[in-house]
Amino acid sequence: MDASYYLYLAALLFTIGAVGVVVRRNAIVVFMCIELMLNAANLAFVTFSRINGNLDGQVMAFFTMVVAACEVVVGLAIIVTIFRSRRSASVDDASLLKR
Amino acid sequence: MTSSLLVYLIALPLAGAAILLAAGKRSNSWGHLLGTATSAASFGVGAYLFTQMLGRATSDRAIEQRLFSWIAVGKFQVDAGLLLDQLSICFVLLITGVGTLIHIYSIAYMSHDHDRRRFFAYLNLFIAAMLLLVLGNSYLNLYVGWEGVGLASYLLIGFWNQKPTYAAAAKKAFVMNRIGDMGLSFAIMIAFATFGTVSFAGVKEHAHHASSTALTAMGIMLLVAAAGKSAQFPLQAWLGDAMAGPTPVSALIHAATMVTAGVYLITRSNFVFDAAPNAQLAVAIIGAITLLFGALVGTAKDDIKKALAASTMSQIGYMILGTGLGAAGYAFAIMHLLTHGFFKAGMFLGAGSVMHGMDDEVNMRKYGGLAKFMPITAVTFGFGYLAIIGVPPFAGFYSKDKIIEVALNAGGARGILLGGAALLGAAITAFYMTRVVILTFAGAKRWDAKAHPHESPVLMWLPMAILAIGSITSGYFFSRGDALRNWLAPVVEHGHVEEQELLSPEVTSLLALGLVLIGVAIAVLKYRREVADTAPTNVSIFTKIARRDLLQDDFNEAVFMRPGQAITSGLVSVDEKVIDGAVRGVGAMTLGSGSAIRTTQNGYVRSYAAAILIGAILLIGAIWVVVQ
Repeated sequence: MDASYYLYLAALLFTIGAVGVVVRRNAIVVFMCIELMLNAANLAFVTFSRINGNLDGQVMAFFTMVVAACEVVVGLAIIVTIFRSRRSASVDDASLLKR
Repeated sequence: MTSSLLVYLIALPLAGAAILLAAGKRSNSWGHLLGTATSAASFGVGAYLFTQMLGRATSDRAIEQRLFSWIAVGKFQVDAGLLLDQLSICFVLLITGVGTLIHIYSIAYMSHDHDRRRFFAYLNLFIAAMLLLVLGNSYLNLYVGWEGVGLASYLLIGFWNQKPTYAAAAKKAFVMNRIGDMGLSFAIMIAFATFGTVSFAGVKEHAHHASSTALTAMGIMLLVAAAGKSAQFPLQAWLGDAMAGPTPVSALIHAATMVTAGVYLITRSNFVFDAAPNAQLAVAIIGAITLLFGALVGTAKDDIKKALAASTMSQIGYMILGTGLGAAGYAFAIMHLLTHGFFKAGMFLGAGSVMHGMDDEVNMRKYGGLAKFMPITAVTFGFGYLAIIGVPPFAGFYSKDKIIEVALNAGGARGILLGGAALLGAAITAFYMTRVVILTFAGAKRWDAKAHPHESPVLMWLPMAILAIGSITSGYFFSRGDALRNWLAPVVEHGHVEEQELLSPEVTSLLALGLVLIGVAIAVLKYRREVADTAPTNVSIFTKIARRDLLQDDFNEAVFMRPGQAITSGLVSVDEKVIDGAVRGVGAMTLGSGSAIRTTQNGYVRSYAAAILIGAILLIGAIWVVVQ
């Protein structure tokens, strides 16, 4: 099977994630979309690793997962804290820095 | 070592001024005594130096004292140094002598003024600055004193600056003097550019081999300086207003000493003018114009001090004319300066004495018949009067007749014109001075009932009496055996003096005396009868012009002040509209662009994310285009 289809899939997932980050208001959904983009990137890494026949991409994918795990820990904590204080998970409500 | 005494001449009055100004009100009770004492001590030092000088041979009478290295920049080396020679000793004795007398007079004259201590501080400052002016051994040292006397003059004219007109008079004198000071600074620059030195000795040494253009330019600039300080045409307008100062100031600064600084400057620079005949001719012409100008203004003034001020201007015109006549004239110009120092200071003090007795009334039409009430003032003033119109054997006869004689003998049409102007001036002088004396001391009394004229205290009439003795005798002593001329010869005469005789001295004297008598006779005939106590208004156009100082202020206002104000207000609007506009425009632009860009920082995470996304896409697109 041609490995390039995986790349198309990765691009599609990344695009869905990017659009989701921009258009959705719910912080949880935005967060999930970010995860989607990271995983699309992982998929692309792994595919390139396959195409080039070495392990560099695979290693890179592990790093991405570690970063994603850390990000989830910090990000969810922030979302929970904001929800607690503001009773809302909408990212548009948290626009106080401007003032 | 006598030369080390030189610095004390200046240091004593300077210390007096410093102490009085620093001590403030605490010195109110003894300030006038200290001020008089430092001036008298300076006179004592001057007299001692004079006797020492008399004891030396002619060739080494001049002494110099180097104080310190003042400016040392590459080739430009100026030492602060003092030079006392036959010319400066005349001035030192005049300044400190007359100055001390006027200090004594002021003790009484200013006794009711609560600011008398400050007055004495300024007088001492003036004496110090004037001594520095005449003792400096280079043009730059002279310049320091030149500015110092300008400052003192400003402070003293505006001494009663609670009156706005007096403060304005002080400012006028200061501003007009600035023009002259510019001339002096240009002359100094020319001297340095041409000769590489600004000391009198250095310039004198190189004056022969300099180009005549440079020398003429320097001479003209020195003339501008002299015109500013000595109230010569066309910078004469400030002197009349300077009478706003207390009368002792008018006597000391605006009659006897400071206004004669221009004569000193030209005489001191004789080596420049002797090598630049055109500049010298300009000096003589300015002198001749001013002596007539001042005399004409003097005929129309009812204010006794302004009449005397116009007379001062006219008499300094004689001196400047004398200095413009070359080697033959310098000595007589200085002689007239010294005799004028006696008789004009004496007359100003007399005018002050009259004002003192008449509640500060200055209008001569309100005087009349004061001789009975103020006999001493009348007699001392009378001696000054006889001296200024040039009746033998009073002082003015010797000095003024000599200037007229030298002017007449200057050769050709020039001699006839200059000499004619001087003769005419003598006649007009006789007229207006007779008018002053008749209006003040003779005739019926015209003063108000509330005035109680009385003779002034001894502290006031004693200086007047001493100056009156000077006005009687000084001319005889100076001219006996050409004493002053021989004394000054080492400073001002180089080479032989050409003697051309148009008229013999006897004929000149008789001619001048005849004209003086005509002037006196006209005044007596005109003012013998009743004099109106207000100035008549139905007078000829010439009288009106003369009352307005020959339109000097109107001319200055129309030609210099108004266009100057127009330029200033034009520049102000350029400054406000163009320069400030540009600055404010930059500010407004920054603010506007800031508030435009601010809308992108809206605090919404999603719009930031969108911006990052678009940016990333654009970046990748750009890279893609480049790689392709």
